[in-house]
Amino acid sequence: MKKKHINAMEWSCAVASIFAFLCLWHLGVKGDLGRLMPGPGPVIRMFLETLFGGRIGSCTMAVHILYSLARVMAGYFLGAAAGVVLGLAMGWSRLVEAVFSPLFRIIRPIPPIAWIPISIIWIGLGEDAKIFLIFLASFCNVTLNAWSGAKSVDGDYLRAAQMLGAGKGQLLFTVVLPATVPSIFAGLQVALSSCWATVLAAEMVRSSEGLGWIIIAGMNNNDMVQIMTGILAIGFVGMLLSMIFRKVETRLCRWNKSDS
Amino acid sequence: MGAEERANREVKVKVNHLTKKFGDLLVLDDISFDVEKGDLLCVVGPTGCGKTTFLNSLTKIYDVTSGEILLDGHPADPKKDHIAYIFQGNSTMPWLTVEQNVAFGLDIRHTPKKEKQELTDRYLEIVGLTKYRKYYPKQLSASMLQRVSIARAFATEPELLLMDEPYGQLDIELRFKLEDELVRLWQMTGTTVIFITHNIEEAVYLGENIMILTNKPTTVKERLANPLPRPRDIAAPEFVQLREQVTDLIRWW
Repeated sequence: MKKKHINAMEWSCAVASIFAFLCLWHLGVKGDLGRLMPGPGPVIRMFLETLFGGRIGSCTMAVHILYSLARVMAGYFLGAAAGVVLGLAMGWSRLVEAVFSPLFRIIRPIPPIAWIPISIIWIGLGEDAKIFLIFLASFCNVTLNAWSGAKSVDGDYLRAAQMLGAGKGQLLFTVVLPATVPSIFAGLQVALSSCWATVLAAEMVRSSEGLGWIIIAGMNNNDMVQIMTGILAIGFVGMLLSMIFRKVETRLCRWNKSDS
Repeated sequence: MGAEERANREVKVKVNHLTKKFGDLLVLDDISFDVEKGDLLCVVGPTGCGKTTFLNSLTKIYDVTSGEILLDGHPADPKKDHIAYIFQGNSTMPWLTVEQNVAFGLDIRHTPKKEKQELTDRYLEIVGLTKYRKYYPKQLSASMLQRVSIARAFATEPELLLMDEPYGQLDIELRFKLEDELVRLWQMTGTTVIFITHNIEEAVYLGENIMILTNKPTTVKERLANPLPRPRDIAAPEFVQLREQVTDLIRWW
């Protein structure tokens, strides 16, 4: 009962604040600024018109979104899988950590977009190069979190399992892995937004579809409405992604939430 | 228990000249003693006297510097022997439900499903947590968590149960309750128990035998049999007298 009230309050505030923002935007571009910046009306209209019907470039907005999402998902999941494996291994084994951590420490701070030229030279202009960049964005974040999570597993859990007769492999899969899940999810969350940023950069450099392309094509055509529409779509899809992510996390890390 | 009867009982744990150094620091100094099968041995000593080091050596968490610990005549090894350990702090796995926590040791030992279910149900019932089987540790109080640990330990039907100040962080009322529960489980199962505590009253209340350790470097100061009948009354003159005796032995300085 109480929870419903809070939900209603949150929803009405969300609607009110977005509406207020649109009003300010609308009023703000009335003057001189209006020549450089479209109002919310044309942007939202373009978004809705092109979503399934009209086209931007070669395809509808929905297809552009799907292009970007497909690239993100491919790189994201590959990078996450590799990151979980390497991160756990580094947290678990001193040897693996000693071998990989120096390299990892150097590679991790390099933003994925710094690899764009190299990736084009190595891999070419196609999808693989974009997926490679997204892979890096995902991999580094997930590895880092899985690694620190696996290293900081409470020694009491390990001792308790050891005393109950667990061998090395059992310790890894029945204690270290589940104990690390919340850290892995924290990494996955950062990785998701980092991947989303990276795909846009990659598309802005070279592509003929996707949300990054919409923005860059809008700039080349001096089409402010198209640029703003692209930005709106980026924000919207990013929000949906993190909402879905949080739902999945709540399900899988139920034990980690104190109550509800 | 008469001396004769005692001599007849099987030795479960034999500790020979156990010595442990951390670098130059001598923590355990040539400790030797036996624990008979089915004993409930309470180990007391001043705070920081190396009680926990002693248990950790016993369970191979630390390598001992010299000496040996024999379980049924062979070196103790938690992988092969059924040893269970109850810690001072909470050691339940937060990602498992109460039920899964109790079954954890059985899972590790690959106990057949049906047997696992039976044992889990039985010990959940005994510690009074059947209603909470689907709860996660975060939703439970400290004393309930300790009962989960106890059920988890007993469910594996250990030959040897080691308890390291398991009730140190609980309030008096809960401690009394869980102490009675332990005595009941011990009587029911006949498990050999080594119970470490700094609480003298607890030691006299629980122990069949009481072993008093000295300050570091730790040696065995004295070992007493505790003949008081159960259930014990902490206000009875005999109880108080034994408690005083143990207190005097600890207050050696």
